Amino acid sequence: MLEKADQIFILLRNWLVGFLPAGWQTAAGVVLGVIGIVAVFPGLFAITTVLERKGLGRIQNRLGPNRVGPFGILQPIADAIKSLTKEDIVPRDADAVVHFLAPVFLVVVVFMGFAVLPVGRNMVLVDMDASLLFYFAMGASTEVSIFMAGWSSRNKYSLLGAMRAVAQMISYEVPLLMSSVVIVMMTGSLSLVKIVEAQNQYSYGLPHWYIFTPWGFAAFVMYAIAGTAETNRSPFDLPEGESELVAGYFTEYSGFKFALFFLGEYLGMLSISGLGATLFLGGWSAPLAVLNWVPSWIWFFAKVMLSIVVFIWVRGTLPRLRQDQLMNFAWKFVLPMTLLDLVVAAVWRFMGDGLLRWFVCSAILIGVYVAAGRWGMRSKHFGPRSYRYAE
Amino acid sequence: MLGEGILKGLAETARNFAGSFVSKERLTTVEYPEERSPLPEASRVFPFLLYDGTDWEAGMRCVACQICEKECPPKCIYIEKSKDKKPDYVGKPQIYPARFEIDVSVCMSCQICVEVCPFEAIKMDTDFELSTDDRFGGLLYDRKQLARSNEYYHSIHPTEAAEVDARLAEEKAKVEAKAKAAAAAKAAAPPATPAATTPAAAAPVSKPAPNATEAESK
Repeated sequence: MLEKADQIFILLRNWLVGFLPAGWQTAAGVVLGVIGIVAVFPGLFAITTVLERKGLGRIQNRLGPNRVGPFGILQPIADAIKSLTKEDIVPRDADAVVHFLAPVFLVVVVFMGFAVLPVGRNMVLVDMDASLLFYFAMGASTEVSIFMAGWSSRNKYSLLGAMRAVAQMISYEVPLLMSSVVIVMMTGSLSLVKIVEAQNQYSYGLPHWYIFTPWGFAAFVMYAIAGTAETNRSPFDLPEGESELVAGYFTEYSGFKFALFFLGEYLGMLSISGLGATLFLGGWSAPLAVLNWVPSWIWFFAKVMLSIVVFIWVRGTLPRLRQDQLMNFAWKFVLPMTLLDLVVAAVWRFMGDGLLRWFVCSAILIGVYVAAGRWGMRSKHFGPRSYRYAE
Repeated sequence: MLGEGILKGLAETARNFAGSFVSKERLTTVEYPEERSPLPEASRVFPFLLYDGTDWEAGMRCVACQICEKECPPKCIYIEKSKDKKPDYVGKPQIYPARFEIDVSVCMSCQICVEVCPFEAIKMDTDFELSTDDRFGGLLYDRKQLARSNEYYHSIHPTEAAEVDARLAEEKAKVEAKAKAAAAAKAAAPPATPAATTPAAAAPVSKPAPNATEAESK
């Protein structure tokens, strides 16, 4: 029974596909999988928007949206109707074709990333050998769509936003990849399915997730920072800094194209969270051996939504960075730390089992972290500001 | 240590998040259509016309002097004088506005009409829920829509209304006393009047002038 609940979507697909002639079955199975992804993740996007607005409201001691439906849960439907019925304006001087293609390209590329994420036991659309590589290839392509949007709008704010976005995303792409390389080193495989399987073991009832190792934890923190920057989320939301750039690269977008950008951004967030869960939090595996009876896909989505909650929490807490701080942070702190983490992972690998490697690896990481923090902050003085000319 | 401030900030926002569910004092939101905070007594939105008694047409204090129309900075008041007269609060026959219209879409709630009105006839209302789907006729208020009773005025601005009532009563008493005194004087010395006129006619030309201005100012 529980076995069936775990595999319910696979069984459902096989049952539906069974009605077709044998030659069509593979193609139909893939189409059904695609439909599943295209239905579930935008649904999560809708939940995320309302969660975000309610959560941010509560963080700021407000109520958040509560007018549409009970407790405002039907707000995304109202938003969808609004964006569908709004006028779609294309600036006169804009490159209309590229302007149209940019949001479409973004959403398509982000959806492609979901193809390789294992959302449950046996539940992966394409089980590639190099699915991590494929994922990052797709993730990097979003930059193209953002630059397409910024360039084709023929608006200085759009272009500035797009340039910021591309600079930021390329800078943080490196630590993002580097922090994932650690996992590849330890697993010996680029396949996300294999990575999850490697973590789906338990000793003393506790899981072998990579976040529960010193190098894995460090990599996870770096991954979370880089992932936040990669999805243009606050505090790294400079590309759309509304106080400086109107709305950044989607200044000239309205109506449903804007909604598509919005969708793309949130899907990117969900997909980065999904990959983070897969790499560090054991993907679809249960957090305790005794909880293994719960269907695997529930664990995956629970982990994704937990990361979304953290995203929202961070957004409600931190103010936006400055461009130079952003770049300095990426190249001078996050990247060196991920490189160090590679070394630490190698040390861990070759020290063999035992408690000693825990101490050594943790000591290296914490020591360097504290020292780098001290050194990086040595010239910063926090406290009440003094003004030379004012007062 | 690096990141300490971030953790502190996260703790603070978490405290706010949880606290907003627990304590009502944290939530500053007033859910407007269902609950509303009381308006301060001095709040003002658009002007209305005061009337005494129960009949708005008979009791209207406005005498169509058009001072407010002239003083109104955005020129949102339109007044047409009547041809006939009706008695005002002291009983003196006065003309009244045949048409008195305020375009509330133009009005900027400056209260200058209220300041300049010598008859306490125009006051500021507190009703702010005036949205309408007719943006032309719906926002142009005529005499009838503008008329509000003195009781209503007392209910929205009690202190101010009491002052106004006291002032009006005082003036009315003064006028009555004067009339009484004049009547008494008339009754006491009817032959004195022709005697008084003769020196007045003989007096210098400048003398009646202050008398005239005094009468005008009253």
